[in-house]
Amino acid sequence: MRARTLLMLVGLALVGPAAPAATKGIVADVDDHLVEIRTDFAGQDILVFGAIDGPGDVILVMRGPAGRVAIHQKERFAGIWVNAESIEFDDVPSLYGVASSRPLFDILPNEILDRYQLGVGRLQFETAEEEPYGIGSFRIALVQQKRKQGLYADRVGRVTFIGETLFRANLHLPSNVPTGTFLIDVYLARDGRIVDAQNMPLVISKVGFGADLYKYANSRSVGPRFGYGIAAVLVSLLTGWLAHLAFRKR
Amino acid sequence: MLGALLDWLLSFQVYLPIAELSVSVLLLLGLGGGVGFLSGLFGVGGGFLMTPLLIFIGVPPAVAVATQSNQTVATSVSGVLAHWSRDNVDFKMGFVLLSGGVFGSLVGVALFSILRRFGQIDLVINIAYVILLGSIGLMMFAESTRALRRQRRAQRGATAPRKLHQHVWVHGLPMKMRFKKSRLYISAIMPIGIGFVVGILSALLGVGGAFLIVPAMIYLVGMPTAIVVGTSLFQIIFVAAVTTVLQSIENRTVDVLLAFVLTIGSVIGAQFGGRLGARLPGEQIRFLLALLILSVAIGLCYTLVATPDDLFSLQPLVGSR
Repeated sequence: MRARTLLMLVGLALVGPAAPAATKGIVADVDDHLVEIRTDFAGQDILVFGAIDGPGDVILVMRGPAGRVAIHQKERFAGIWVNAESIEFDDVPSLYGVASSRPLFDILPNEILDRYQLGVGRLQFETAEEEPYGIGSFRIALVQQKRKQGLYADRVGRVTFIGETLFRANLHLPSNVPTGTFLIDVYLARDGRIVDAQNMPLVISKVGFGADLYKYANSRSVGPRFGYGIAAVLVSLLTGWLAHLAFRKR
Repeated sequence: MLGALLDWLLSFQVYLPIAELSVSVLLLLGLGGGVGFLSGLFGVGGGFLMTPLLIFIGVPPAVAVATQSNQTVATSVSGVLAHWSRDNVDFKMGFVLLSGGVFGSLVGVALFSILRRFGQIDLVINIAYVILLGSIGLMMFAESTRALRRQRRAQRGATAPRKLHQHVWVHGLPMKMRFKKSRLYISAIMPIGIGFVVGILSALLGVGGAFLIVPAMIYLVGMPTAIVVGTSLFQIIFVAAVTTVLQSIENRTVDVLLAFVLTIGSVIGAQFGGRLGARLPGEQIRFLLALLILSVAIGLCYTLVATPDDLFSLQPLVGSR
């Protein structure tokens, strides 16, 4: 892995400055655009590397596929805590992580960080319906819940420079990473402004035995799901029987 | 040194494809083993213990409930075989219970989807658990302490001749059947009814339901404790199997891999539990089971009443997988 990285960096160093793409302030890529989740998956680091055309700071933002999310608030009712009010948010990224070469507030002024929604605290969420009263606490709760699950983080890695122009960063994907197509935004910041940006996709998908199980269990038609259920029962019957044989009085 | 070894063992992770998270294999084996031990000892499936534990380690509740049914099949099979080898299974009674149980499970699944449409299904399940476990636990606790005290008195002398079982109105119903193994000649309506009610509740709560059948058969029908345990395990195999298939079709939340790893742990634990159970007298087993059921009920009651750490909860909606 390290040797490969080095090779790629050297390659970039050779091509980078000389190529006509020199008008571009930043070029970057991911070591591998496909992250495979197998049964031994326990989280993984992905390598992002690239080059910039002069001094500056690099910010990486990783977003998982967005979807609708409901936040429920519990209230006491006759002595028992029950889900009372709930608000639905649209287009909530399933995962959000930032990595940068320096702390964000040292790189860019607040209004630019806000505009680009850089940092977990600056994410904006749209409600599915009209904004109800007291929505603020629900927004905060959404971020808190995501942080607790390890899916939202301000520092999923560090961008480090090799010399002045080459950079690399390891972004951490937790073991409960959602599947689907991710987007990694790469920003080049200079003198308190964003001067260039690029984005690249990252596909996270289950493969192998686990993926097959998932496919059958979540099939659209009833047949495979019925088969999956029957197979599940048969496996249990067999393990139960084998266990009895193994532990029978010797 | 030992710590390093434990770290190394704990580092074996397995990614659960349906639950969609990665968990230490050793942790799952330990959970399975612990619950399996108790289920072997008491002859209960252990679902009412395992489900909350799985949710606690991060498995989504829907997956925990459905996977539990799958694992219950395996635990019950190895349990029933052990009881069978000691000739402690009344198959005739098992089939009678089953005839009510399968029907009840179908009704239970239908009821489940109706309740879900109204929302708050979790709350309904929690409250049902507290009421059920609480009342059964209290009943068993009271009865078994009385039995233990009676036994102690009997040891000091003055042994009164004991009846096989109390004759109550239940035994006077029509459709009388002879159950040789249980030494009963009673109406089949009662066991069918018990099976039916337990079938509904087990589909609704995602448990095997032995914690209901065992006391019901002992107190309402008068079956000998030793035979009740094996017989209820026998009928639970079928009810759990039906529930597993229905859950796979309806909710797609059965995680075979999770069930398999849990099963490995639990069948081993169940062997030891079963051996200990064979040596303990029935009153003591009932007393310990009562304590266990009561503590789960109190724990669940506490989560309903206590101010939660987090008033908010997050729920991904359709299309966000």
